[in-house]
Amino acid sequence: MTTPLIAYAHVGKTFDDGRVVAVDNVSLEVSEGEFLAIVGGSGSGKTTLLRLANRLLDATTGRIAVEGQDVRDVDQVALRRRIGYVFQSGGLFPHLSVADNIGITPKLLGWTDADISARIDELLELVRLDRSAHRDRLPTELSGGQRQRVGVARALAAKPRIVLMDEPFGALDPLTRDGLAEDFRALHTRLGLTTVMITHDMTEALLLADRVAVMRAGKLLSVGTAAELARSSDAYVGELLRTPRRQAERLNALLPRGGAA
Amino acid sequence: MSILSDPRWGEALTHLSDYLGNHVRLSVAALALGLAVSLPLAIAARKAPLFRNVLLALASIVQTVPGLALLALFYPLLLALASVTLRWFGFGFSAFGFLPAMLALALYSMLPVLRNTITGLDGVDVDLVQAAQAVGMTERQSLFAVELPLALPVIMAGIRTAAVWVIGTATLSTPIGQTSLGNYIFAGLQTQNWVFVLFGCIAAAVLALAVDQLLALIEGGLKVRSRLRAALGGFGIAALVAATLVPMLARSPASYIVGAKTFAEQYVLSALIAQRLRAAGLSASSREGLGSNVIFDALAANDIDLYVDYSGTLWANQFHRTDILPREKLLSELKAILAKQDITLFGELGFENAYALVMPKKRAEALGIRSIADLASRAPTLSIAGDYEFFSRPEWAALQKAYGLTFRAQRIMQPDFMYAAVASGEVDAIAGYTSDGLIAKYDLLVLDDPKRAIPPYDAILLLAPKRANDEALRAALKPLLGRIDIADMREANLRANGNDAAASPDAVARWLWEKIGKN
Repeated sequence: MTTPLIAYAHVGKTFDDGRVVAVDNVSLEVSEGEFLAIVGGSGSGKTTLLRLANRLLDATTGRIAVEGQDVRDVDQVALRRRIGYVFQSGGLFPHLSVADNIGITPKLLGWTDADISARIDELLELVRLDRSAHRDRLPTELSGGQRQRVGVARALAAKPRIVLMDEPFGALDPLTRDGLAEDFRALHTRLGLTTVMITHDMTEALLLADRVAVMRAGKLLSVGTAAELARSSDAYVGELLRTPRRQAERLNALLPRGGAA
Repeated sequence: MSILSDPRWGEALTHLSDYLGNHVRLSVAALALGLAVSLPLAIAARKAPLFRNVLLALASIVQTVPGLALLALFYPLLLALASVTLRWFGFGFSAFGFLPAMLALALYSMLPVLRNTITGLDGVDVDLVQAAQAVGMTERQSLFAVELPLALPVIMAGIRTAAVWVIGTATLSTPIGQTSLGNYIFAGLQTQNWVFVLFGCIAAAVLALAVDQLLALIEGGLKVRSRLRAALGGFGIAALVAATLVPMLARSPASYIVGAKTFAEQYVLSALIAQRLRAAGLSASSREGLGSNVIFDALAANDIDLYVDYSGTLWANQFHRTDILPREKLLSELKAILAKQDITLFGELGFENAYALVMPKKRAEALGIRSIADLASRAPTLSIAGDYEFFSRPEWAALQKAYGLTFRAQRIMQPDFMYAAVASGEVDAIAGYTSDGLIAKYDLLVLDDPKRAIPPYDAILLLAPKRANDEALRAALKPLLGRIDIADMREANLRANGNDAAASPDAVARWLWEKIGKN
């Protein structure tokens, strides 16, 4: 196995002077090129764990290394500029056009206008948005799916090796969501990204990710491929797997192979 | 005659570019200063709850101080500061007019800007602030590129409120020596020129509305992110300011500034003096409506060149003397005291404007009252009215002490209404002014003061330190000394209280000059 691109070692995070434990002694490694999904309910600590990686939050205990470097030794602003981040509802700035939203990080990094402009066109194509129709629009003029595509383009703008995604497809209707998720998975592979995605949907996690980590009450319960999770003895992991299993069985029964689909 | 064909509208219009220009410059400067202070404070306060509460509380307290008082307070404050800088750093500055007015108004403008900026920044979606961090913005970049732009519509709404407040309150800067649209209102109130009052109110309201609408255009433009609308509004504001700057650049300032307090007699006398100076080939202008606490300091600081005061007023109010001397002795002693401050008591005009207890002639006769001593025995069943300051002045204390005066009731009234009130029996006696034209008009009796409890109030011409040896000025003023008797001044004051074009201070001053020229 290659050196992990992101490595959490015994990481803890508490709020309110230790009264609230959000992340409790988590150790987790994400290899280069891997697509990891973190699954858990609300309050499981999954978003906190994600935000520790680009120092939107700082860990209380333990050590986090990104690209081999302890994040505490790196300037947090510089760190964030080389890690892409996708928000649940896009997190687009409403006063900036689509192009300006996408070009933010390159601009902060001091790219030339020509380079930024070329990069914006390239990214619009990458996330399959029509350049002339969307470039100068404001985020409010876009549909939810289009906004999220712009959010992905913005995260990729400065050519990061790592992309962190916080329930990126959660607020979308199922059809849009499937299309976007598959498009992103293709991008992940094509660009050789390392992706950590948060979701509360085990089915989505199993379908998209190489490995799935399960969190509950701040603790990492289990991490592994679908097959490895299936062998887990943890009751909660089993419970989470029950839904996709049942869905798969029902769908198999309902949709006979070789049908008119 | 219909109100619209009144020639005083035309007269009011001739002052418009001066008054409006000053008003706009003052308001814009105050607002700019207010913004320059409030915006950084609000931004600094956003993450410090304690600082922010203190800041908002202080700004709220400032709002509760009446505008007139706030403006008046800044004058002595700056005066003290100017003397400190003069002593320590060797330079002073004028504490008169523009500076105190601008500072007070800037302070006044702070609350809405502070509150809206803090509220606006608070209202920015937390997710967007996090997104700004996540894309790699520093705190500063996040503030300027994300938070402030998103809060701008709310901040603009605060600026609009502040602008309207400042423009409205700026009308109150006249008494501290700053020309503004308030000059119409103060002059109009004092000389019963309702056309001026109305004109001043309308002009201030139109200005406030115009600025408000231009700012609304900018605000609307920001809200829908239309650069065109925002630019149009900004251009309108800039054009307004530019238009008021042009006449200022074109006009050369008058070399002699004649001060006047806030009542009709002072308006007439300052107009008369300015006319005489101009007749002697000197350039002169009047600075009218100055508060009586401001005008003396302004003279001492060379901010105005000359004005007419009254011996008793200076004696009791300025120098806090409670002893009462005979007329000639008081004048000579006053002259010596003034000389210590390099102020020249150039001479008396010839009449007295003293406080006096006044009753309708008929009623006084019916009650058998001729002097204040007679009044004293009847006073417990009678009521008295005085102007805003009379009952807190040493004269009143002296009267009470000398005659044992106690009235059934004391009322405070606007001087112009006092005479009508006593004539109609609304009150039994008033503390009037001996030179007031209304005494003759209403057939009132000035009660004798056998114990000489009220000091003499000779009208005297005072010259600023820098004019002490100005021979041209002395020569131009000389013909006025000792020439205005009480009957002429009363009639002039009565004319100034009239409600037509002949009642303007300038017209009355011309009449007065003709009259005394024949004496």
